[in-house]
Amino acid sequence: MYQTTDILVNETANDPMGQMVINVGPQHPATHGVLHLVITLNGETIQKVEPHLGYIHRSIEKMCESLTYRQFIYVTSRMDYLSSHINNHACALCVEKGLQVEVPERAQVIRVLMDELTRIASHELWWGAMAMDLGAFTPFFHAFRERETINDIMEETCGARLTMNYMVPGGVMHDIHPNFQKRVKDFLQLYKQKIHEYDELVTGNIIFQNRMKGVGYISPEDAISYGCSGPVARGSGVSCDVRKHFPYEIYDKLQFDEVLETAGDSFARYLVRVKEMHQSVRIVEQLIDNIPEGDFQAKTKAVLKLPKGEFYQRVETARGELGVYIVSEGGTTPYRIKFRSPGFSNLSILDHMTRGSKIGDLVAAMGTLDLVIPDIDR
Amino acid sequence: MFLKEYIRNIAGGLKSLVTGMRMTGYYFTHHKEIITQQYPDNRDTLELPERFKGEVVMPHNEHNEHRCTGCTACELACPNGTIKVITKFDVTPEGKKKKAIDKLVYHLELCTMCNLCVEACPSDAIKMAQTFEHSVFDRNQLTKVLNNPGSKIMEGVE
Repeated sequence: MYQTTDILVNETANDPMGQMVINVGPQHPATHGVLHLVITLNGETIQKVEPHLGYIHRSIEKMCESLTYRQFIYVTSRMDYLSSHINNHACALCVEKGLQVEVPERAQVIRVLMDELTRIASHELWWGAMAMDLGAFTPFFHAFRERETINDIMEETCGARLTMNYMVPGGVMHDIHPNFQKRVKDFLQLYKQKIHEYDELVTGNIIFQNRMKGVGYISPEDAISYGCSGPVARGSGVSCDVRKHFPYEIYDKLQFDEVLETAGDSFARYLVRVKEMHQSVRIVEQLIDNIPEGDFQAKTKAVLKLPKGEFYQRVETARGELGVYIVSEGGTTPYRIKFRSPGFSNLSILDHMTRGSKIGDLVAAMGTLDLVIPDIDR
Repeated sequence: MFLKEYIRNIAGGLKSLVTGMRMTGYYFTHHKEIITQQYPDNRDTLELPERFKGEVVMPHNEHNEHRCTGCTACELACPNGTIKVITKFDVTPEGKKKKAIDKLVYHLELCTMCNLCVEACPSDAIKMAQTFEHSVFDRNQLTKVLNNPGSKIMEGVE
């Protein structure tokens, strides 16, 4: 399957006695979940990384086939639990596409606000976990302080902190809480006060820079051919933001930049995510005072039935492009659902990007892929 | 040239160290900016938002009356089979048979707090409660009957 002969690191590469197989995971703190990596080493040099999946497989796609179009959306919160709003958003959009429902403008603005807040929260958790992977524990708490504020906002409006199930076909489940705008503004103020700490602690730190620069290089061609999306591809200079290229909801009316870095290494991917947080804050600032009046939910039938056919919708989650593909036979439940999750494609490049590098760089390269294992292993 | 680079690296490392330690020192001396909550100790003052989804409950009024008609809309809306509505037939004073709930069984251990049953209920009979400390020693205690014993349906709810 794998040709180890094409990477002649030194003379012992072909010698089976010189090789060593190491299992990282399924219970390993650096894999952030139950990911199992089988690493073939020659000394300290990585020859092959083989991810083994299946430890958290819950057959979500199959489960969705037995649930109605209203019911299946809650399951998708459990895929990429850090951007559960955006997962629900993708499913709601896909069902709306089939139903031909016009979503009220207020609901669209609330959805985009929630998406961007989720994106900030997700990137903040990644930022803390990334620093922890590289050996610093304090940044984790700094990141969680701001993330906690977002979680409180979610808890007040949606009723839950992580698995909200807030987006329903036709709009959102409840109207926003009366305190919502005030609390988001408080968060923005806090974020601006504290964001300099992020750059001081990690971005400008010479240890982090030396560990991340030049590690895990992905060329733009590889990023495209492996199907990478999101910050992983944008760190290599591939313009792939779904919000810009295939705008959904009101993204085409908003002012924000697609963050692109050309270096292609871990540090470039790090910078893309940090800068994306600023862009998300920019979107939230544009919308928070301009939530239009009106309904928060379009009127839909009690029992939803999609017409016979196939429907596809893609959105940009915090990790990349999430696609939802529904095949309907005209009934109340989908005939087939397929999720194109960003994590799976991003993981597939791990072997290619770490071959020939040292084992100490594996975590620095894997951390910037921002893997969420339940998203990979649905 | 090599020596110059070497010294520059050491100077850069020291600068990074000082920057990081300055922030540690700042939080070491500014206790008010620490936001940690001492959870089990602050239980009495802990306030959860009113929309918090903790568990499904059925509110009763002071006459032990609820609003549930036994229409099974919540049972159909639930994705996990968490709710089972067991109905019976009451005989009204006019001698007609009327459908009413005998028991509304709620399996807390299966519930994912998705709020779909509350959305589906046409007569606002059930709602989400703010309790969250659900752990018990015996799993049978997680299967609950939501309507109180001897409760009736409220006047005027159809």
